[in-house]
Amino acid sequence: MGKTLFDKIWDAHVAHQVEGGIDVLYIDRHFIHEVTSPQAFDGLRQRGIPVFRTERTVATADHNVPTRGQHLPIQEELSRFQVDKLTENCEAFGIRLYGLGHPYQGIVHVIGPELGLTQPGMTIVCGDSHTSTHGAFGCIAFGIGTSQVEQVFATQCLLQKKPKRMRITVDGQLQPGVLSKDIILYIISQLSASGGTGHFVEYAGSAIRSLSMEARMTICNMSIEMGARGGLIAPDEKAIEYVRGREFAPEGAAFEEAAAYWKTLYSDEDAHFDQEYFFRAEDIEPMVTYGTNPGMGMGISQSIPEPPATGNSNTFLKSLNYMGLKPGQKLEGQPVNYVFIGSCTNSRIEDLRIAAAFVKGKQKADNVNVMVVPGSKQVEKQAREEGLDQVFREAGFDFREPGCSACLGMNEDKVPNGEYCVSTSNRNFEGRQGPGARTILASPLMAAATAIAGKIVDVREVLDV
Amino acid sequence: MEKFQKLRSAAVPLPIEEVDTDQIIPARFLKATTREGFGDNLFRDWRYEPNGAPREGFILNNPIYGGQILVAGRNFGCGSSREHAAWALHDYGFRVVVSSFFADIFRGNALNNGLLPLQVPESFLQDIFSAIESDPKTEFLVDLEAQQFTILATSQSTGFDIDPYKKMCMLNGYDDIDFLLSLRDKIEAFEHSRDW
Ligand code: SF4
Repeated sequence: MGKTLFDKIWDAHVAHQVEGGIDVLYIDRHFIHEVTSPQAFDGLRQRGIPVFRTERTVATADHNVPTRGQHLPIQEELSRFQVDKLTENCEAFGIRLYGLGHPYQGIVHVIGPELGLTQPGMTIVCGDSHTSTHGAFGCIAFGIGTSQVEQVFATQCLLQKKPKRMRITVDGQLQPGVLSKDIILYIISQLSASGGTGHFVEYAGSAIRSLSMEARMTICNMSIEMGARGGLIAPDEKAIEYVRGREFAPEGAAFEEAAAYWKTLYSDEDAHFDQEYFFRAEDIEPMVTYGTNPGMGMGISQSIPEPPATGNSNTFLKSLNYMGLKPGQKLEGQPVNYVFIGSCTNSRIEDLRIAAAFVKGKQKADNVNVMVVPGSKQVEKQAREEGLDQVFREAGFDFREPGCSACLGMNEDKVPNGEYCVSTSNRNFEGRQGPGARTILASPLMAAATAIAGKIVDVREVLDV
Repeated sequence: MEKFQKLRSAAVPLPIEEVDTDQIIPARFLKATTREGFGDNLFRDWRYEPNGAPREGFILNNPIYGGQILVAGRNFGCGSSREHAAWALHDYGFRVVVSSFFADIFRGNALNNGLLPLQVPESFLQDIFSAIESDPKTEFLVDLEAQQFTILATSQSTGFDIDPYKKMCMLNGYDDIDFLLSLRDKIEAFEHSRDW
């Protein structure tokens, strides 16, 4: 029987098999950041051991950093301490660091692909659940806890049980105004926030293949939001050409050799998946979430459903109560005072271009605060070169410096208690964007349209196509 | 890592589903660079008012409940990979979390920190909640060796799954790093065998 894409990559990285079905999985690339690494470095110190393969780990500071005045010392003491600790640790253990102020600094899942550190066929881990982003290149990429960060430091390996395989096929053509963010929010709304648990997901189908690499990253990024360990897409010419010429990509003959191997990475016709789902791109509308997990999403023309008849309707009602919303209500027309365009889901240059193209020549509504936070220094630079920063500023948007920012509210970029925020990030959990903040997840286009209207609109009605 | 073999304890009920890691430990408390002290901020925004006063009605603020077992609704621990969630639960004093379903990363993180994620069928979970409702001090027995969880008052019992390797680690207090370090020569041999 044939192999899935996932199996091909996994099997090539099993360094050893332990009795009882646990694999010692070799990790090609390890990304670290300031929040989930300090305890792992301390673990090494306690054991008196070095980092085993320093060249395979790359660090950046992203979660905790301010998005203004990055050339100045970080004001908040604990944040500064944590970021300084990363610098100290990287120096002590010989890890390459793209820290604050470095032209390559940025959100870890944005800089990996952009620097060519992410390549097809790799195993990639990071102490961050959205590591699944890198799967867009045909990688096995997944988030790990700090104990596992320490394991990778110590041995470049992880003990892993092979997950199950799921394939989600989306065929057909997207409607105008519908982006890859809508595809993934739609899939999660169909499968629920736990529908992918225990699985690695391969995304396939003509609608997926037609997407740019940036758009594919948005999809893979949110795999974790349906509980999946990760998601991946078979590398094609688009993926290969994206990697070519990037800083850490192989060069010349080595690149051609690598590319020849990358082309063998696809699921064989007769490969077996433990679970399969099929969706039609035409069925997907611009999406919004109405609850406090990413599975609670709906098309913009729809109304918030009634509590589920089975299961825990209390949890559902508690969630709506937090959001200040009711079953039967529509979100179209809902006034919104905050808009956040950023995060590892939607802060790449393509996302900023999409938002800027819509915004150009328009003004934000008076009631709205809009933050645009590029995913990396390189994205920021590119946006400036293209004049996107200017477009945003003229519209009254606040264009900032790179970091995770209001995606998780670890720095001062927070949404106030009780306020609605249309956000291009990936989690609408209670308090995620600040205590009491009410997050509505949407695409960059929906976010931009909300900013202009001051309320949630169906972007299809305001697009000039 | 601390050994875990048997535990007899009362339990704290949290009958909410999809408890995500941002609720267990909100991001703004992740700035510490050690593993200790996270218990103080466990369930921070459910447990305390913005001004720091304990929120009435939240289960950890109710003195009639106690014990080293937390019982929660399905899909516990979904969300981020922050191991701080497992540290916070452990630091607070929990040694077992019972639910009808766990998110993958949380399950792994818990096991790596001597916190047992114990999955029971949904109907059994409801029986546990009922048992606590009729007597908040009612006790439960977790027997890791036998993989049995028992409601002592009714002698109702259920088996639970755990990976045999992880079970061995928990019973003996071993962690993955010790084991992986013992395989270093195999790992190096694998590196040499790769032609790329
Ligand atoms: S942008 Fe948000 S989701 Fe992405 S790595 Fe940062 S905190 Fe995590």
